[in-house]
Amino acid sequence: MERPLTQHIKNDGTWLNLKEYEKTGGYQALRKALSMPPEELTTLVKDSGLKGRGGAGFSTGMKWSFVPMGRKAPTPKYFVVNGDEMEPGSFKDRLLLEENPHQLIEGAIIGAYAIQANFSYIFLRWAYHRAAKAITQALQEAVEAGYLGENVMGSGFNLDMSLHISVGRYMCGEETALLNALEGKRANPRAKPPFPVVSGLFGKPTVVNNVETVSNVPHIIVNGAEWFLQLSKSEEGGTKLYGASGRVKTPGLWELPLGTTLRELLEVHAGGMQDGYNFKGALPGGGSTDFLTTEHLDVPMDFKNVEQAGSRLGTGTITVLDDKTCPVGMVRNLEHFFAQESCGWCTPCREGLPWTAKILDALEDGRGKMEDLDILTFQTRYMAPGNTFCALAPGAMEPLQSALKYFREDFEKHIHEHTCPWKS
Amino acid sequence: MAEENILSEKEITEIREIYSHFPLKSAACIEGLKVVQKYHRWVSDKALKELAAILEMSPDAVDSVATYYSLIFRKPVGRHVILVCNSMSCWIMGYEEILAFLKGKLGIEYGETTPDDRFTLLAIPCLGTCDHAPALIIDEDLHRDLTPNKLEEILKKYE
Repeated sequence: MERPLTQHIKNDGTWLNLKEYEKTGGYQALRKALSMPPEELTTLVKDSGLKGRGGAGFSTGMKWSFVPMGRKAPTPKYFVVNGDEMEPGSFKDRLLLEENPHQLIEGAIIGAYAIQANFSYIFLRWAYHRAAKAITQALQEAVEAGYLGENVMGSGFNLDMSLHISVGRYMCGEETALLNALEGKRANPRAKPPFPVVSGLFGKPTVVNNVETVSNVPHIIVNGAEWFLQLSKSEEGGTKLYGASGRVKTPGLWELPLGTTLRELLEVHAGGMQDGYNFKGALPGGGSTDFLTTEHLDVPMDFKNVEQAGSRLGTGTITVLDDKTCPVGMVRNLEHFFAQESCGWCTPCREGLPWTAKILDALEDGRGKMEDLDILTFQTRYMAPGNTFCALAPGAMEPLQSALKYFREDFEKHIHEHTCPWKS
Repeated sequence: MAEENILSEKEITEIREIYSHFPLKSAACIEGLKVVQKYHRWVSDKALKELAAILEMSPDAVDSVATYYSLIFRKPVGRHVILVCNSMSCWIMGYEEILAFLKGKLGIEYGETTPDDRFTLLAIPCLGTCDHAPALIIDEDLHRDLTPNKLEEILKKYE
């Protein structure tokens, strides 16, 4: 089984420095890319079927292809790496950021060259201190080696790449909010259209791609689209960083073919449930995805199949709910998170999420009424996609609506018993 | 006599260096707040006003940014800031026990600082280390797979 993203990671507490990365074939993809016309790179990435690994799953090559090209295109253009991983239950990008920063930087240089951007930012969340150190060192090494700066590898292409360390807000992960943060502003989302590919950072064409997405790029350039497609077990190309947390025997992170089933993740890689605990459900890819349950264990974890099962692949890092943990409590924890992280820009989210969290508090405290379940159901409709400015509130409704569907009797028990059954 | 400025020449130079890379001075607002916090641990009203003047922004505009981000402190914090992950995986794996231990040991609630100015206790959403939950950060150090016993030892390292 090929593991292009993680095969060279050392696991000895140090990250791959420039020399070590070059020994693994590092920066050969950049050499090849610089000899190709930019549009050809975009076509190659499009043909590989690479879909954004940050959660939304949009075609990466397609996104690049929307950037205005040619002499009349607005300048400067920007290529931004989204390393603001802050979704509860997601921890996949941390590994790539901390252990193999040059792989990410090489991917970002290729991406910038493909859209002819002369400025690039790596937007990193504040909590990843080790990653910040690794990237700072790697950027310096890349500049000294001539992979960044003026006239990259003698190609005539110029690229300035900087690290931006955020100061903590979940909203920064949303691509237009991220651009506002890079401009020094509050990270409120922007209206779309125009999309950032046309009008992004400082009003100029900007591509924003997730860390795992960008880290795939050098491998696609070296090995080709066909190779990437065959890595996967499904029709969507590539491997995926999958992870598991919760009461499983071996929580962790694994690079596996896209389309690996939930059962294989749980039983083989995560080692099954801890003794004394049974599987009740799982969020497949972060706090803003719908629960899957035992009936979904054989669902291949790719974008299309998870969607058909009524959820989203999201980040692919699963959070397991066991039978000794209260599902209402888990959803309550999530809704408090989303209510706190709402930027307040639009009313349904600003008002609806704290209301939702308060109802869940009442249920948890034994003060809930049956009508509360109706209100919660209404909220999932009021904050459905299209009713809010961005995806934060609709995302917040996903675990709630699926919990109401699969664990309704647990909600009702709270009401009938006037307490949380897991506490009594 | 004119009141002395809070921001030193060194800080002002750092802030100027940041905005020199951007099309607008205000683009250095977040980075400028980080510079202030690096030297003073928190951003006081007076420091905020001085930063606003440097960036040619109104103090309210700078404050609207400062109060938006959870890791810009608009109140004084202690020598060490403890950020406890209160998100889903940490909650499943026993974050409440860790929090109760910390509150008992330090005698403070969320948002408070110990009387000796040693620790400030704050919550933080997901630290992205869910496979090693429960977790917290003290200053820049990540501590994972926590138990109250482990935490007892960890706290001793921060004076």
